[in-house]
Amino acid sequence: MPARLSAWPVLLALAVVLAAAQSVLPQALHRPPEWLVLPFAHWINSIFVFVQEDLGLMSLTRAFSDLVEFCLDVTANLLYGKSRWPHLGPIPWTVIAVAAGAVGYALSGWRLAVFSAGTFVWIAVMGQWKWAMETLSVIVVAAPFSVALGLTMGILAWRSATVERVLNPILNVAQSLPHFAYMIPVVVFIGIGPKAGAIVTIIFSVPPMIRMTLLGLRKVSPEIIESGQMSGATRLQLMTRVRLPSARTEILIGVNQVIMQCLAMVVLASFIGMPGLGQKLLQLLQALKIGLSAEIGITIVLLAILLDRLSRAWALRQPEHNEAGASWLERHRLLLVWAVPTALAFALAAWDPYFVEVKRNQALSIAGPIDAAMDVFVRAAIPVTDWLRWFLITWVLIPMRDAFLWLPYVTVLLFLAAVGWAIGGLRSALVSLAFIIPIALSGWWDRAMITIYMVTVSVVLAIMIGVPLGLWGARRAARAERLLLVCDSFQTFPSFIYLIPVIMLFGVNDVAVIAAVVVFATVPIVRYTVEGLRNVPAEIVEAASMSGASRWQRLIHAELPLALPTMVVGANQSIMFSLFMVIIAAFIGTQDLGQEMQRALSSTDVGKGLVLGFAVAFIGLMADHLLVRWSAERKQRLGI
Amino acid sequence: MNSPAKFGDPVVTCPPGLSGWELSRESRVSEADVVISCHNVWKVFGKGAEKLRLTSATTAEELRSTGYIAAVRDVSLSVRRGEMLVVMGLSGSGKSTLVRCLARLVDVTSGAVMVEGRDIGAMTEAELIQLRRAKMGMVFQSFGLLPHRTAIENVAFPLEMRGQDRATRLARARAMMELVGLKGREDYFPRELSGGQQQRVGIARSLAVEPDIWFLDEPFSALDPLIRREMQDEFLRLKSMVAKTIVFITHDFDEALRLADRIAIMKDGAVEQCDTPERIVMAPASEYVAKFTSAIDRGRVIRAGALAELPAGRMLEGPPVLAHQTLRELAHQLVCDPRNLIPVVTGEGRPVGGLDKSRAVELLFGGEA
Repeated sequence: MPARLSAWPVLLALAVVLAAAQSVLPQALHRPPEWLVLPFAHWINSIFVFVQEDLGLMSLTRAFSDLVEFCLDVTANLLYGKSRWPHLGPIPWTVIAVAAGAVGYALSGWRLAVFSAGTFVWIAVMGQWKWAMETLSVIVVAAPFSVALGLTMGILAWRSATVERVLNPILNVAQSLPHFAYMIPVVVFIGIGPKAGAIVTIIFSVPPMIRMTLLGLRKVSPEIIESGQMSGATRLQLMTRVRLPSARTEILIGVNQVIMQCLAMVVLASFIGMPGLGQKLLQLLQALKIGLSAEIGITIVLLAILLDRLSRAWALRQPEHNEAGASWLERHRLLLVWAVPTALAFALAAWDPYFVEVKRNQALSIAGPIDAAMDVFVRAAIPVTDWLRWFLITWVLIPMRDAFLWLPYVTVLLFLAAVGWAIGGLRSALVSLAFIIPIALSGWWDRAMITIYMVTVSVVLAIMIGVPLGLWGARRAARAERLLLVCDSFQTFPSFIYLIPVIMLFGVNDVAVIAAVVVFATVPIVRYTVEGLRNVPAEIVEAASMSGASRWQRLIHAELPLALPTMVVGANQSIMFSLFMVIIAAFIGTQDLGQEMQRALSSTDVGKGLVLGFAVAFIGLMADHLLVRWSAERKQRLGI
Repeated sequence: MNSPAKFGDPVVTCPPGLSGWELSRESRVSEADVVISCHNVWKVFGKGAEKLRLTSATTAEELRSTGYIAAVRDVSLSVRRGEMLVVMGLSGSGKSTLVRCLARLVDVTSGAVMVEGRDIGAMTEAELIQLRRAKMGMVFQSFGLLPHRTAIENVAFPLEMRGQDRATRLARARAMMELVGLKGREDYFPRELSGGQQQRVGIARSLAVEPDIWFLDEPFSALDPLIRREMQDEFLRLKSMVAKTIVFITHDFDEALRLADRIAIMKDGAVEQCDTPERIVMAPASEYVAKFTSAIDRGRVIRAGALAELPAGRMLEGPPVLAHQTLRELAHQLVCDPRNLIPVVTGEGRPVGGLDKSRAVELLFGGEA
């Protein structure tokens, strides 16, 4: 393909020339001129006003939000005794802890049962019960709504190719929109508070459910469906009794993802007045109360791991038969495991109100020791962290930022087109431009470049840390497994959590943001490096060894080339994670798109918020297109 | 296949090469007894395939050059009541697609499939469901069991679809489980059963509604050889207990010979020959069929009846052999019997003709038919 070989170096050269001529370029090539900037925000606002006032959508959303509010009130009453119908709560925390333990036992076994009950005991004795239950009551309501919505839309997309074609790009954008972009329209339609928090959570967590439903339905073996047809099943019977149950595992993995998305969003929804653990954490972080916020952080982490383990265990559980002639006791073991301790818990609760609700003055706290320990640690680390801060700001961050801002926008456009062309020909070049040109036209070029610079620096640092860690981890099977488990756990944490340690270490500044982003972005790099290396076919490694390759030679000539496509997928995820984190971390103080988005949120400017959100999404989608394309092509060429 | 009306008294006018035993089998069926028939059936994959004009003259190459793939090409055959037709061919020969056309799991591109005189292509969805609920059962290569249901619930599934109440359908399913020798495993989930056991569940499910028509799509291919043999025996036992019209798909010629009344050999979507096992071996219709059968032990396929000829003026004496016995079963007698011409009689004792011993021995030890 000669066209493909000749076009991209020309574009690249042109980009370099334009950058070199930076000082003599006319202003119009430097930054998008005023007359080019389109009023996207204004357009979006007009559409919203139209939808809101002329389409009667307001009454529809109001009806839906009233339904959600009713459910929220019920769970709030049961879990922490908000005085609403059915006026039964609060259920004593001991009873809830027992129920959680029984669920853990039912889904997996004693270990999960202990962890599950233990988490709730921790929450209660630490005096965080109300906040945690505020958070959980939203998840308990939002997750089923999301699952039902996702399942329905997944089935629709499966049935109709048109629906799928329409839905697919929407899902792509939806999954790369930062959390805040969802909040602004919801605030406009619903206002702020728990109801808005629940609704934004529902919307945010639907996309993975749609994807997993579609995947599950597609994967059902044709013979199972044919056997259903030959049994005389109607279409409805086929769906409810054959397809959906056979797609159980994928659907439940979707449920797992919904629950984790819900948790991540609920914590962040504190920005729109959602009470609970997130709001408490936000307040404490803003007041720089490190010990107390660490306590909350531990609770959130425990809940994240617990919810993940429980829903995953549910997804992977295989049915098992009871031996014939099993006694009543054996067949109803689960009921006993739940009922007997529950009775005990109620008895305890009747005996002492401590077992109903732990009062603030009865709560334990480890904030003092944490603060003291952190104090010692931070003081010891100050020379290192100070130096690191100085070094990063002076020698990396500021020069990099200046460099990114110094680049004329035409250079960036040409460069991205050249990269696109080199990877996937004309089509990819056009796709790159289609994503980046709207950003240039939106009037947020400088902010976007700052976001891109932060993501670039973070991902480069993440690669520098993650790849060696992955190489080390992949050397032994057991170590690789442990490392992947750690990565799994880290990925379940809501991104907000990562801010606690970095604020402890670096205070509130750019370096803290970068540090949080780097930690968050390193996880996928490690994970995919390990997976890529472990999945190199054993015969290839053996063949390299038998050819007399040393460990290094084997790594460089056999393992890394084969693992590279997978590692690039990791880099892609890393970029996505960085983008999300950069935007979330904006409240610490950055000057990028995230900061503007926070402003849009506080002034409930839907148009501006969505334009910024799309700008972030487009950056992510462009990277995604280029990297996935490269990886897929490479994999195909390697035949893996 | 020739119409039996052409032949008079089989003992007197039997033309050479066509056995009396075969005739007596033939005379049992008539056109009215055809349960499934398909006429010039095509299944072509590709966009807009319905609009193609397909005739007997259309070749697979022509279709391929225009971007279509023909899975079934111009197939016409019929299956009679109580008969077992084995469709055999290598993988990709279209046999699985053909059986799916017969059950309308896939819609044919052209041609018609008649089941008990009705065109199933013209049936509404409701009629088709009714037909399947009442008359059809199918066994699948990878079993097609529902993973979330116990064995007995799988067997009861077609009955559940018919709307039978729980007690009745479980009782029936329990009986079916016992029939296939899985008593005591009712509450196991499919993944807790071995491959052979899973297929027994599949067979029990397909028989639960007492279907008249039984489709089996390579039911034993996914099993290892020892289990396969065992399942074939089991299948023959079941077959003798339930009188059904059977379409059986296999890629294993030995299996086909063991089980079939008639065999249809498919190649590239078309039926090369559809005939009794003996005739497939002794009178292959094409080079391909001949190549297929060349390695087959003739003694196991050819029955005494097929070789019986009219005794032109010679006397038949001594104890007869039975027409349905294979040469292999008669091997000892063939070698030891002093007679050159051995009388052959049907199961009912009706004389068929004389078996030329030297020809039979030659066939038994690897000569040409």
